[in-house]
Amino acid sequence: MNILQHITNGISLGSLYALIAIGYTMVYGILRLINFAHGDIFMLGAYITYYGVLFTPIPWWIVFILAAVVTGIIGLLLEKLAYKPLRGSPRITILISAIGASFFLENLGIVVFGGRPKAFPTPDVFNKVINIRGVSTGLVTFIIPIVTVLLLIALTYFITKTKTGMAMRALSKDYETASLMGININRIISITFFIGSFLAAVGGIMWGIKFPQLMPLMGVMPGLKCFIAAVIGGIGNITGAVIGGFILGLGEILLVALLPGLTGYRDAFAFVLLILILLIKPTGLMGEKIAEKV
Amino acid sequence: MRNKKIILSLIGIIATGILLFILGNVLDTYKIRILNLCGIYIILGLSMNLINGFTGLFSLGHAGFMAIGAYTVAILTMSVPMKELNFFMKPMVPFLANLEWSFFPALIMAGLISALVGFLIGAPVLKLTDDYLAIATLGFSEIIRVVFINIQSITNGALGLKGIPSNTNLWWSWGTAVFTIIFIGLLMEGSYGKAFKAIREDEIAARSMGIDLFKHKVMSFTIGSFFAGVGGGLLAALLGTIDPTMFKFALTFNILLIVVLGGMGNIKGTVISAIVITIAMEALRFLDESINLGFMTIQGIPGMRMVIFSIILMLVVIFKKDGLLKSNLKDVRRNYAKNR
Amino acid sequence: MLKIDNVTMKFGGVVAVNGFNCYIENGQVVGLIGPNGAGKTTIFNVVTGVYKPTEGEIIFDPEGKEEKISKLRPDQIAKLGICRTFQNIRLFKELSVVENVFIGSHLRLKSNVFSSIIRLPKYNNEERQMMEKAFYLLEKVGLYEEKNEKAFSLPYGKQRRLEIARALATEPKLLLLDEPAAGMNPQETQELMEFIAEIKEEFDLTIFLIEHHMEVVMGICEKILVLDHGTLISQGSPQEIQNDERVIEAYLGVE
Repeated sequence: MNILQHITNGISLGSLYALIAIGYTMVYGILRLINFAHGDIFMLGAYITYYGVLFTPIPWWIVFILAAVVTGIIGLLLEKLAYKPLRGSPRITILISAIGASFFLENLGIVVFGGRPKAFPTPDVFNKVINIRGVSTGLVTFIIPIVTVLLLIALTYFITKTKTGMAMRALSKDYETASLMGININRIISITFFIGSFLAAVGGIMWGIKFPQLMPLMGVMPGLKCFIAAVIGGIGNITGAVIGGFILGLGEILLVALLPGLTGYRDAFAFVLLILILLIKPTGLMGEKIAEKV
Repeated sequence: MRNKKIILSLIGIIATGILLFILGNVLDTYKIRILNLCGIYIILGLSMNLINGFTGLFSLGHAGFMAIGAYTVAILTMSVPMKELNFFMKPMVPFLANLEWSFFPALIMAGLISALVGFLIGAPVLKLTDDYLAIATLGFSEIIRVVFINIQSITNGALGLKGIPSNTNLWWSWGTAVFTIIFIGLLMEGSYGKAFKAIREDEIAARSMGIDLFKHKVMSFTIGSFFAGVGGGLLAALLGTIDPTMFKFALTFNILLIVVLGGMGNIKGTVISAIVITIAMEALRFLDESINLGFMTIQGIPGMRMVIFSIILMLVVIFKKDGLLKSNLKDVRRNYAKNR
Repeated sequence: MLKIDNVTMKFGGVVAVNGFNCYIENGQVVGLIGPNGAGKTTIFNVVTGVYKPTEGEIIFDPEGKEEKISKLRPDQIAKLGICRTFQNIRLFKELSVVENVFIGSHLRLKSNVFSSIIRLPKYNNEERQMMEKAFYLLEKVGLYEEKNEKAFSLPYGKQRRLEIARALATEPKLLLLDEPAAGMNPQETQELMEFIAEIKEEFDLTIFLIEHHMEVVMGICEKILVLDHGTLISQGSPQEIQNDERVIEAYLGVE
């Protein structure tokens, strides 16, 4: 494998991380909450697709879209049930609820889907191997970044150009003032959770295509890593989350490629990076410093 | 007032001792094992409550410190031939392979190494607040786990360690639990404990009153890590087998459950909820495993038990924010009126 | 006692305090007034170390020994002998009234944490003295009866007095009071003024206070500093301030 191949893989993995990290960063931006269950939403997205493709006659590409929408709605319901009753409580309380929600979804996954891994029903198109300048890889490796970029463009348009998107930004800049300006907070928060979970589901589907093995706990590690990606980029900042995702994805792949001796430490890489960034620049690469109010 | 308290505590300790003696003779091995677990979870619950409940530092690194304690006790107390038997993939470093300590010094060592790591980790991450601290400590505990998987010549890697001498009995587990209760009780009653609580209540006010936030946070975190390490060590000597997958975040979750149900910053509550949850975890095990009733087999549903516990955690957090056992404001008022 | 030397405090592009100078002498009661948002609390935050000034230096010399404090942490500054109350009351809410005051003297504790756990006689002795001091201070501020109540359950005025008692427990030489009379009626305000005069005498304090109640400022301050838009626009005795046109302009605006 040459270096170009590794970089291609890294970009592909980074795009997946970026997609999931966006959900973390959007929710944190508005609610100042680490949605611990986000990684499990990602898992649900993959499983819903699995059942949709195997047990319904619907064409796979429609299943993909429907699954993302359904997962988005689950994310929205999660907020209504687990987080909304605690709005205004100390942050630690909400965080505990989020941890509880995460464990609930993981174990519910074990109960409903079973603990054994399931093979993701990848449509044949994605398995086609292509070869560009010595880089030979499954088509999916190229499709992932393309889908990510398209979704990012759509998201950027939504956030900068539509009224709802602007309300969202206002809310994350100054929650109190924005809520006094007649913004329907509940609606915006629901939409935020929907979008975040929708993107996580897209991430989950593409993850399933790239690593075709589904497990109820498959969301734990990607979930933690993508939160880290969001922190590296500056939590609350969407561009930052994308950059953080790419740094993490590329970094992991290159670490393993260039220093094979450290392969066993791959999963620790993200955490080491997190701690370094928190100590050096706690606001992340793109974050703004917020002065403490006394 | 203070004398009365000491006498009451002594009576409590003696009563616990007698009760343990009786239970130790009456119960079967399986139940004694659960009773041991109760004692260990009291230690773990209290140590997390010191950090999270009393000092208000939201740390999720407990499993990591337990792993350190568990491995320390295992490596120090296992017999030399047993070590050779375990390390068939890669030999153990000779320095450790030839050690064979007795249980008590090994347990102390478990606490001390864990405290040292807690101190070293705490120094950088305790500058962070709230959720950042939570994720950084969780990260550290994962790093510890990954490191343990990879340093095969010390920990035997993913294979884990088998045949750890089962030194933990009721006297060890409950003796340490009682010691922990008294230690943390006295700590929290004293000036330093009050300073911890002040930090939890309002950091800005606390430091303006001359409390060195950093020093006190590191102190609380280090003491908490010490007891987490001791708890982990006792656990290793109870189970006889350990491996890195045991010390995943799910273990921290169990302890968090105990702390939240018992009430953040509540010693009595933590003790009770540690016992209740440990027993409930075992009692509900039937949900996960199939039971053979002789004439028929009931299929268990794996995962169901934790579904129930996570629902309980969320319900408690949402509907009773102070935990199930924390006295509410009305009780405080009533006590106040009574004391006057 | 305290010298603030050309202190500037910027937050991003916003200049909250601009080249502020002042000198507070031993035993003085100095008032800091100015319209809302003039930067008064920011000055307190800079003096107590909550913010590090962008420029300038602060010198504290309680007993002739000069200490530069602008780079110290709040707890170090408190140990040197500067303590404060907060505009938006910051008590340890869930703790009892007496615990609040007790914690105030924690910074003077000499025993280490282990002697506190095994209750060495030396620690017990110290703790008893801290408790006695706490009770004394509570009597002083008239909260002895409420000593076992939780701090948040006190009415507003009593919470303000508890904050002062807690600050006194740190044994300050310079006490900063951030709007001590806020929300008080005229009679309570009158009592507060007498109380401030009393503690100043008893504990040999120098007092620096922010206040909007003009009768308080004019009544007890020997020197008044007027701040507007982060700049010191006037200083002097109450009479001088009352007749200063710049002050009247700052408060009432110019036609």
